[in-house]
Amino acid sequence: MLRLVEQIGKKTIDTIEEVGYSVMVAWKSFYWIVAGKFKKQPVQMDAIFQEIVSIGVNAVLIVSILCFAVGIMLAIQGLETLKDFGAENKVILGLALAIPREFAPLIVGILVAGRTGSAITARIGTMQESQEIDALRVIGINPHRYISAPLMLAMLIVMPLLTTLGNFMALLGGGIYSSIEMGMSMMSYMDRVLEIIQVGDIMQGLVKCMVFSIIIVVVGISNGFQVRGGAEGVGKATTRSVVLSISYIVVADMIFTYFLNR
Amino acid sequence: MTNTIAIEVRDLVSHYGPRQILNHVNMTVYDNEIMVVMGGSGSGKSTLLRHLLGLEQATSGSIRLLGSDITALSEKEMYELRKEMGVSFQGGALFGSLTVGENVQLPLKEHTRLDSKTMQIISRMKLEVVNLSGFENLMPSELSGGMIKRVALARAIVMDPKLLFFDEPSAGLDPVTSAELDELIIKLRDVMKMTMVVVTHELDSAFKIADRITVLDQGNVLICGTVDEVKNCKIERVQALLSRQIRDDTVDAEAYLNRLTL
Repeated sequence: MLRLVEQIGKKTIDTIEEVGYSVMVAWKSFYWIVAGKFKKQPVQMDAIFQEIVSIGVNAVLIVSILCFAVGIMLAIQGLETLKDFGAENKVILGLALAIPREFAPLIVGILVAGRTGSAITARIGTMQESQEIDALRVIGINPHRYISAPLMLAMLIVMPLLTTLGNFMALLGGGIYSSIEMGMSMMSYMDRVLEIIQVGDIMQGLVKCMVFSIIIVVVGISNGFQVRGGAEGVGKATTRSVVLSISYIVVADMIFTYFLNR
Repeated sequence: MTNTIAIEVRDLVSHYGPRQILNHVNMTVYDNEIMVVMGGSGSGKSTLLRHLLGLEQATSGSIRLLGSDITALSEKEMYELRKEMGVSFQGGALFGSLTVGENVQLPLKEHTRLDSKTMQIISRMKLEVVNLSGFENLMPSELSGGMIKRVALARAIVMDPKLLFFDEPSAGLDPVTSAELDELIIKLRDVMKMTMVVVTHELDSAFKIADRITVLDQGNVLICGTVDEVKNCKIERVQALLSRQIRDDTVDAEAYLNRLTL
């Protein structure tokens, strides 16, 4: 009994500690982005560009393929369901609302969490284990300025772009399938889509993907810095980081959807 | 030798969680002196080094480097002081994503406003000192263990620091390379007038390079003196360490049983 209470207590303290640490990571990243210049330790431009390439440019192909496939899948499901009501043409409405609001940001978020979130944790964890983080601090380089701030900035730049690409590819996929099925031209499909989509729908998706960016960076970094215990520790932390960030993304998505659509 | 004090540790107490690692450690290192810190595994020597580097929070006590107490310095003052410190970590701690040359230039990029050509020349000069000229475009993963240590040394001395810290310089090196590194350490002290703290458990190397030796055991300073003083020291544990005797602590039967049946 006593042991159970002890364990609950320990878990609670650990959780509070982790939340505190994550908030600190987020704060430090933004702090260095803004204050670095004034402290004569600006965030380095080439680091930001490197991150943009590895997070964004290298993910273009996979984001395109996945979103294209999700677009087709949505069109197939939509047409099948709506056929019963004889309302096949409403599938365009479904696609034009669901993709920018929900599917594109979520797919991109999960993909980037898997690709970049794991890479962030593995990289920082390995640096921690090989004393590279200590070496940075000894040289006088704040690790958050050197690693966290460029990541955060790059992510906030890249994620909206990837989501926009995802929007386009998913709508294209859905459009190709449904225009063939319904025998309408691609042009009139696009016209319909543009008629339906409002700026608000796109913005909703973009707001979400910014939140996802912060989640991925913060979870990835805080797990990386807490790595203990060699290669196995790095592996565990990486798994934990991906699982946690995907879970947070889905939960955050639900919360945002609730509030943004009321 | 002048008797100006470069490093002064007073009553340093340190804990790792509830475990006490250092117990009122006192140590004084004079200008232009090589102080070797020796001790078995778990003696607290690495922790002492981490404190000297400002990487750990002390429970109590003070550490003065070049006259300033680093336990009480502001972030900015510490940043300035770091320009006077160089560190060569046990595993080298080179940044895997940077070339050898970029690794050596990193402190310069951080602390100076030199143009990149000048930085390149300085880094080549330092690589020349450690006999690695022509290697600046290789990645750390392409180097052998001895080379990595030498690059780490080049990075440590690139700012011409007054204080140089070594963590296990000869660990994992073959006898010839390790002897060469010892020569290099002595040469650097003589030529560049540095004050050095070397943490090691290699006896031969310690006796060769040390001006004075501090022997740590379970967080306590056993003796601090010249090589001869340490060799002639009558303290049993010091002799045990020097003659590689195994610890013959008498076993307390009661305590032993208690530990087993805990």
